[in-house]
Amino acid sequence: MRDAFVRALMREAARDPRLMLITGDLGFGVLKPFWETYPDQFINAGIAEQSMTSMAAGLAATGRTVLTYSIGNFPTLRCLEQIRNDCAYHDANVKIVCVGGGFVYGSLGMSHHATEDIAAIRCLPGVTVFTPGDPAEVEAVVPVMLRTPGTCYLRLGRGGEPTLHPSPVTGWQMPKPLTLREGTDTAILSAGGILTQTAEAARLLAERGVSAEVVSFPCVKPMDAEAVAGLCRRFRHLFTVEEHTVVGGFGSAVCEIAAELGTPCRIHRLGMPDIYASAVGSQQYLRTRYGLDAASVRDRVLDLIKE
Amino acid sequence: MTASYTERTHAAFAGQPIDTADPRVLAWLVRRHGLEMTHLSRGSHIGAVFSMAEIISVLYTRILRVRPDEPKWPDRDRLILSKGHAGAAVYAALAERGFFPVEELSTHYADGSRLSGHVSHKGVPGVEVSTGSLGHGLGVGVGMALGAKLDKAPWRVFCILGDGECDEGSVWEAALQARQYGLDNLVCIVDHNRMQSLDFCEKTLALEPFADKWRAFGWRCLTADGHDTEALEKALREAEAARGSGVPTAVIALTTKGKGVSFMEDDILWHYRTPQGEEYEAALRELEAQRP
Repeated sequence: MRDAFVRALMREAARDPRLMLITGDLGFGVLKPFWETYPDQFINAGIAEQSMTSMAAGLAATGRTVLTYSIGNFPTLRCLEQIRNDCAYHDANVKIVCVGGGFVYGSLGMSHHATEDIAAIRCLPGVTVFTPGDPAEVEAVVPVMLRTPGTCYLRLGRGGEPTLHPSPVTGWQMPKPLTLREGTDTAILSAGGILTQTAEAARLLAERGVSAEVVSFPCVKPMDAEAVAGLCRRFRHLFTVEEHTVVGGFGSAVCEIAAELGTPCRIHRLGMPDIYASAVGSQQYLRTRYGLDAASVRDRVLDLIKE
Repeated sequence: MTASYTERTHAAFAGQPIDTADPRVLAWLVRRHGLEMTHLSRGSHIGAVFSMAEIISVLYTRILRVRPDEPKWPDRDRLILSKGHAGAAVYAALAERGFFPVEELSTHYADGSRLSGHVSHKGVPGVEVSTGSLGHGLGVGVGMALGAKLDKAPWRVFCILGDGECDEGSVWEAALQARQYGLDNLVCIVDHNRMQSLDFCEKTLALEPFADKWRAFGWRCLTADGHDTEALEKALREAEAARGSGVPTAVIALTTKGKGVSFMEDDILWHYRTPQGEEYEAALRELEAQRP
C-alpha cells in the first residue's frame, strides 16, 4: 500500500508544484523516489512530530497542500493536539499519512501498534478519515484526498499487500464503500489492510455454504450512512472487521448509524478487545492471536449467524 | 446615562485626540483595556497581558506591515501569539489600531462573543492563529516562514512566546527546525516575565542561561528591556536587518509580570486573579496616573 501511495502521490506532485511532503524522519527506501524526483517539495522535519504537524499547518496557510508522513502512532497520537488545534481547527490543508495501521510493525512491540488511531482521529471535528483496503483503493483514494478540503487522515498498511480488487478502482466517490464480493447470507464490512483477511474469510465461508458479502470502507469519516442503512436492511447480521480496538473505531462508526435506524439487524464488531497487545510476533501472528485472521473471522461468523 | 465601554476606557484622555500610532500610548491603552476586560469578564491572566503591553504595541505601531482595512492583505506580516492566554493584549491592540471596533472589547469572554479568553482567529480580523495550548505557535510560525521563503515573499513572521511556555519540548523542536531551514524571516519574541503559572520559572524549570540556549540552537539572540519601547523597536529592527543571513532571531524581552500596577508586579497571584472592587479601583488609579 505504501508503494501505491508514493506512486499516486508522485503523479499528483508533478501536477501541483505547491504540494509538499514532510516526513518525520521515516520512509527509508519508500519515499526515496519522491525526494529524488521532487527535492523542492520534500522536507525531513526530523524526529519531531509535534512541530512537524504545526509546521504543516503553517505551510498550508501559505496556500499549499501539505502531507505529513510517519509510521504507527507517530503522526497521530504523538501530535494529536497539534492535529486538533493547529490543523483541524484552522481548516488547514494538511493530509496526515500513517504507514503501519494495525499490527504491521507487530514484532517491534506495542509502541508500534497503531490500534487506536482511527478512534482518536475520527472524533476530531472536520477531519476526514481514509482507510483503504488494498493498493487499488490507495490509488483511488489519494487523488480524492488531495482534493478534499481541510485536514485528512490516511491510514495505510504496509508494503507488498496483494491487490484484491480485480481491476483498478476508477471514479471512486468519497465516502462510498466498495463491494468486493456479493453475498446473500451476511455481509462483512472491512476497514483498512485487514481486507485480505476479510476477503479470505468470505472465501472460507463459501466452502461452508455461507454466502458472505465483502464490503470495504476506504472512508470511515464521513461514513456513507445510506450504504450502511442499505446493508442493515438487507441482512440480519453484519460483521465489522478492523485491525484496531473495537472501542471507537470503524465498528463503532457503523453502530452509530445502525443504532438510529431501528432495523432488526445485529452488528458484531471484530477487532482488538480493549487491551494492548503485549504478545510478540508478526502481523499475521498477532492477527491470529487476537482473532482477526481469516479462519478466526470465519469461525466468528459461523458461530454468530446461528443465533 | 452610563458611559460606553469605549468612553470609559478612553476617559483618561479627556476628549483629546488619542495617538494610537505612538507605542507608549498604545501600550497604555493595552493595559487600560486589559484591566477593564479582565474586570468585566472576571477573567484571568492580567499579569501576562501587562507584561507584554509594550511588545504588542511596538509591533503594531513600528514593526508589523499590516493593513487594518485589509486584514488578509497577502503581503502582510504574520503575528502569532503563542502565549494565547494573553489574548486580551492582542485584541486591544487590534481594536485600537482599527481592525475592529473598540467597543467590542467589552464582549471578551462573554456569551456569543468572538473574543475568547485565549486568542481566537475565528472571525476576528487581524488574528492569524488560535492558540491557548502552549508550545504550538512557534511550530506554526516555522511553517509560515518556510512557506514565505519558498515563495520568495517579502513578509515576515513574528511569534510571541511566554518564558514559562519554553518548558514545552515542542518549542525546541521548532527552534531546531527554524535554524535548519534558515528562517531569517522569523522572529521569536519571548516575554521573559520570569514567572509561570505557579511560581517563578527559575524555581520551576530553570531556563537560565536563557539567551545562551537560543544561541546554542543556532539562533541570533538579542535581549532588550521589554518595557522600553525604543529598546524593543531597536532590537526588532536589528532582527529585520538579519534578512539574508539565514539565521532566525530571538528577542528576549525582559519584562515584569503585572507591570504597571504596583501590587500586581511580580506577584504570581495575578496570573489568575481578576481585578474587582477596591483592587480594580486602585489599579485604575495607578494606570490613570501613568497616562502618557
